[in-house]
Amino acid sequence: MSSVLDVVLSSAFLAAVLRVATPYLLAAMGGLVAERAGISNIALEGQMLSAACTGALVAGYSGSVAAGALAGVAVAVLLGLLLAALRLELGADAIIAGIGLNLLASGGTAFAVYTLLDDKGGTSGLRSGTLPAVTLPGIEDIPVVGDVLSGQNTVTWLAFLAAPFVAWLFYRTRFGFHLRAVGEMPDAAASVGIAVRRVQYAGLALSGALAGLAGVFLSMGYVSFFVRDMTAGRGFIALAAVFLGGLRPWGVFLAALGFGAAEALAVQLGTLDVPPQLVSTIPYALTLVALALYAWRRKRRGAAEVAPASL
Amino acid sequence: MNESWDPAGPAVATRAVTKTYANGVRAVRGVDLDVPAGEIRAVVGENGAGKSTLMKLCYGLEQPTSGELLIGGRPRVLRGPASAIALGVGMVHQNLMLVPSFTVAQNVVLGVEPGRRGRLDGRAAVEATARLAEEAGLAVDPLARVEEVSVGMRQRAEILKALHRRARVLILDEPTAVLTPQETEDLFAAVRRLRDGGMTVLFISHKLREVREISDKVSVMRAGALVGTVTTADTTERSLAAMMVGREMSLDVTRAPARRAGTTLRVRGLAYAAPTGQPLHGLDFDVAAGEIVGVAGIEGNGQTELAEILAGLRRPGAGTVRVGDTDTAGLDVAGHRRAGVGYVPEDRLHDGAALDESIADNLVVDRHDRPPLARRGILRPAAVRAHAERLIEDYAIRTPDPSVPVRALSGGNMQKVVVARELSAGPRLLIASQVTRGVDIGAMRFMYERLVAARDEGAAVLLISADLTELLALSDRLLVLKDGRLVGRFDDTTGLTEKGVGLYMLGVEHHERAHLTAGLDDTAGSDGTAGPDNTGPRDTGPRDAGSGDSGKATPE
Repeated sequence: MSSVLDVVLSSAFLAAVLRVATPYLLAAMGGLVAERAGISNIALEGQMLSAACTGALVAGYSGSVAAGALAGVAVAVLLGLLLAALRLELGADAIIAGIGLNLLASGGTAFAVYTLLDDKGGTSGLRSGTLPAVTLPGIEDIPVVGDVLSGQNTVTWLAFLAAPFVAWLFYRTRFGFHLRAVGEMPDAAASVGIAVRRVQYAGLALSGALAGLAGVFLSMGYVSFFVRDMTAGRGFIALAAVFLGGLRPWGVFLAALGFGAAEALAVQLGTLDVPPQLVSTIPYALTLVALALYAWRRKRRGAAEVAPASL
Repeated sequence: MNESWDPAGPAVATRAVTKTYANGVRAVRGVDLDVPAGEIRAVVGENGAGKSTLMKLCYGLEQPTSGELLIGGRPRVLRGPASAIALGVGMVHQNLMLVPSFTVAQNVVLGVEPGRRGRLDGRAAVEATARLAEEAGLAVDPLARVEEVSVGMRQRAEILKALHRRARVLILDEPTAVLTPQETEDLFAAVRRLRDGGMTVLFISHKLREVREISDKVSVMRAGALVGTVTTADTTERSLAAMMVGREMSLDVTRAPARRAGTTLRVRGLAYAAPTGQPLHGLDFDVAAGEIVGVAGIEGNGQTELAEILAGLRRPGAGTVRVGDTDTAGLDVAGHRRAGVGYVPEDRLHDGAALDESIADNLVVDRHDRPPLARRGILRPAAVRAHAERLIEDYAIRTPDPSVPVRALSGGNMQKVVVARELSAGPRLLIASQVTRGVDIGAMRFMYERLVAARDEGAAVLLISADLTELLALSDRLLVLKDGRLVGRFDDTTGLTEKGVGLYMLGVEHHERAHLTAGLDDTAGSDGTAGPDNTGPRDTGPRDAGSGDSGKATPE
């Protein structure tokens, strides 16, 4: 037991938490923006996967990590816009359309990798490199903090800036104000002359960009290659964080960080004498427990709210 | 923003404006409307007369099929609410268009927010709202969330929204439908102030009393056309109603004295308690076949609970309920239906109809599983359709086709669908809750006639309503509920006044238990408190139980 504590309290573990939480934080913020715009983005998973694959391929062929990252994010943005178009122009159910996009991404990325590289597993044969780490001068000399922060990827820094960015966007800007109005009460927004669809397209594009950044991190930061279905359900866990966080930027931030910590713990416990199959279920089991708790709490609050109204 | 107004022209005008919807419905036909600046103009008409559509045209929510629209004296083409707002037109919708989780101030500025370069200045929004509220005399709390404030304040916020956009024309769509009398008075005072400040107000309503009170002129619409514009001072409610429906129309119902034939509904010691809602305490009453018994009371005093218990939607906590020979207290809804209970719920949108399903399907939901509508468990579409066509004819439901979803109907026609279904089932007992809420005069009168007809055919009718005029016009006997208890019983409604019943509703006066239970068999109340006026046991029917005020107790 003490060995577990030693692991958890080590600066190496904290550094791992930041790294592991990165895709959750970004994807969850993406999910939050879409949700508040009134369109559930269940395609987070597919957007991440597509971005991860595109990023690794483009970076590998062009030799430019930056070009790869941009291309990856762009593909995820396009998928976001596609989801919005399916919902807004064709009236498709956002959940069904999202499932379709996820399946498309899973099959499409495998197909692309196989066609280009003749490899069914991934792009490990391609030298695509990783996004640079951020080095702050002097930070390594600070005890613990230095160990935790030094060498973290650029995207990890961006991930931790995503929550304040989204909070600022929601509560301090006109765009965020319109986005929240559109998501909550589209008729009211339309009646004061807000272009509801335009706001929703913009929201879904931003959602896709954040998910894309998460995906790019997986194949160009976490590791340096794309593996088939490498997102492994992170998009769905991020979506769980959106609701668990109560649809508020800082709540979602904490929930996503919690899921990241759980996964980091699972990874660390893998090195100890615990059955690895059991350990690898931790993030998923935690998601279920958290969602059940959330639903239970909401049901109780809902019952309390219904009471006066039905009088 | 508004410089393009021609000061000499009308504030709002339409020239031969017609609106035909894609489904072929001509909602507005050739309307010529002229409203000068600084006037309060009421636009009245029955539901479906086209007044709301006309207002949507003026606010850019719909585009006219043909004809011309003038705002500020010049012809305009409105591509959407944004262009109407830019021209100085504001609209307060019937179902308010506010974002619930936003504050009043945030809602007021939504769409035209203060702040530079894409940023939002929350403090400026609060200041602007407070200043406008002060100027217009519309009291609001700028920092309160809309979901937490009263309907009246929400409506004031809507008006401030229009003022914040410098509206010179204000369209109010049925603004009083959701207000208490006091809030209505405050609203009217504010509207008059705005008018005196030069605002042009278009006031949509079908409440003629309020129209007479607030407007300078009245434009009357019928079946999509404008039938005339009159100066309010020259009208009466009766003359306006005649213009609206195209003929003289009164709501006086002629009905023969009730011919009672044995007890149909027998309620004894009915009690109910639940975490939500008003508890009921020991209700005893009978409803005989062939009579209409009204239930009066201020809303929320147990009427909803009583209706839902009798319809089988809630289980009583104690007591017995018998419909005919069936003890229904423990039965489910289907059991109640088999016992012959029909139910017109107070909230037809939620409980009365499946809005997205067709009229035909809504008319068969209680009988789709048996002949002639079904054979060996298979539905017969032709029979369903024929059944619907017959009821649409019988109940004058205005629709192009039985396959139209109920949602597309006006309030009155929606209610007719519900009433048609319930009455055509030939109920022994009909529970009718707020039957005429939100329906127009024509439909109201129709409902009244149908209820009386059902009574004359031998149904027992329990009529629950918040409208005392309606109760007094229709009820053979009247009960009054207060705090979940019966406090009044009038076995003869002739000569009863609204004021008189109101005293019981408010709890100023009440009847003694002996009077309330007089003539009822087997009540728990005959425990020595039996009153002087009628101690006779079961040989006295309810009709003999003393009339009017004979059993009145002293005021508290």
